[in-house]
Amino acid sequence: MDKATVLDWLLEVKDPEIPTISLVDLGVIRDVRIADTGHVTVRMTPTFSGCPAMDYMRRDVERVLREHGVADFTVEMSLEEAWSSNWVTERGREALRAHRLSPPPMHQGIVDLDILEYAECPNCGSHNTTLRSPFGPTLCRALHYCNDCRQGFEQFKPV
Amino acid sequence: MNTDALKDLLYRLADDQLILGHRNSEWNGLGPILEEDIAFSSMAQDKLGHSLQLYGLLHQLGEAEPDTVAFTRNAPQFHCCQLVELPIGDYAFSLIRHFLFDHAELLRFELLATSSYEPLAQVARKLKGELKYHVLHANTWVKQLGTSTEEAIGMLQKALNDTLPYALGIFETTAQEAAIIAEGIFPGEDALKARWQESITKVLAQTSLELPDLTTLTPVFGGRGGAHTEHLQPLLDEMAEVFRLDPTADW
Repeated sequence: MDKATVLDWLLEVKDPEIPTISLVDLGVIRDVRIADTGHVTVRMTPTFSGCPAMDYMRRDVERVLREHGVADFTVEMSLEEAWSSNWVTERGREALRAHRLSPPPMHQGIVDLDILEYAECPNCGSHNTTLRSPFGPTLCRALHYCNDCRQGFEQFKPV
Repeated sequence: MNTDALKDLLYRLADDQLILGHRNSEWNGLGPILEEDIAFSSMAQDKLGHSLQLYGLLHQLGEAEPDTVAFTRNAPQFHCCQLVELPIGDYAFSLIRHFLFDHAELLRFELLATSSYEPLAQVARKLKGELKYHVLHANTWVKQLGTSTEEAIGMLQKALNDTLPYALGIFETTAQEAAIIAEGIFPGEDALKARWQESITKVLAQTSLELPDLTTLTPVFGGRGGAHTEHLQPLLDEMAEVFRLDPTADW
């Protein structure tokens, strides 16, 4: 068992509210360490600190480790580095689109108004869109409207 | 590290989040439009998450479990400012309270991101990214309604005039203020207030609303020392109802 194997197993663990994206591709799994004793430590960080799905994600990670025969493990929730939406992988961005969610735009570390208002319509790909509300059905989603295909859509918020 | 000073600050921050979070949740199902219902409910959820992080830091410093701290104290043991405990009133009041509070909040956590107490700095770096959305939301509606009809402008102006003395209570200091600044935990309430005034002035200047001369107002102090309005205890009784019936209940 090595780190890559564990990360591979963890690809099975999806966001409970966006079942197309894995926690690895969401950037929520920060690190996997395997000690000489065989003890596995998985370090996670929350997308949004009030996200009620984080507890479920943690339990799912623990379940997958157990299912692969790992009994000696620690799953820790750390704020050492604040989660950034830039950490969503390219495969993760595709998974969000597959769920008809606009992926968070990449930024240079400073999330200003231009970044917050920018979105790509997951239905027609247009960038001619308007931010309707920075709050949506979950803490990580904002509501936008596409001026081209005239449909409302949700975006995974940039942070 | 002076842990008494640190705990004093953390209780004020955490209690503000918990109480305003609860008040925001009271808009659930009552928002003037669906998007606002969702926005206030989302901000409620964010604020409860923020309070949990801060009560978590207090727990690491030897205080009781977050649930115990949140649900078993009575009003005189709370250190929130009185602004956050006021009933939700009408939408104009709730919007102005949210605007005044969250501008201070975002600036506060930006300053705390470089706190000498690293665990607090880590939490602050996390929270400030989330608070940007709260400020964006407040600014959007204050600008939109504050430049719309005479009725809307009149309602917001009245709410602003009535709420400002309470908002100044955010910056009430405690006996620990000098230690908090000296230890590099936080640059202090006065430094925050100066930044806050500049920040709200910039937004209000883009509306038909007028910011009264703050030096002529008497700040409503007391909350940081446990003196509260008659509105806090009923809120706590309601919030803790399930916990007090059955502390092990899961819901």
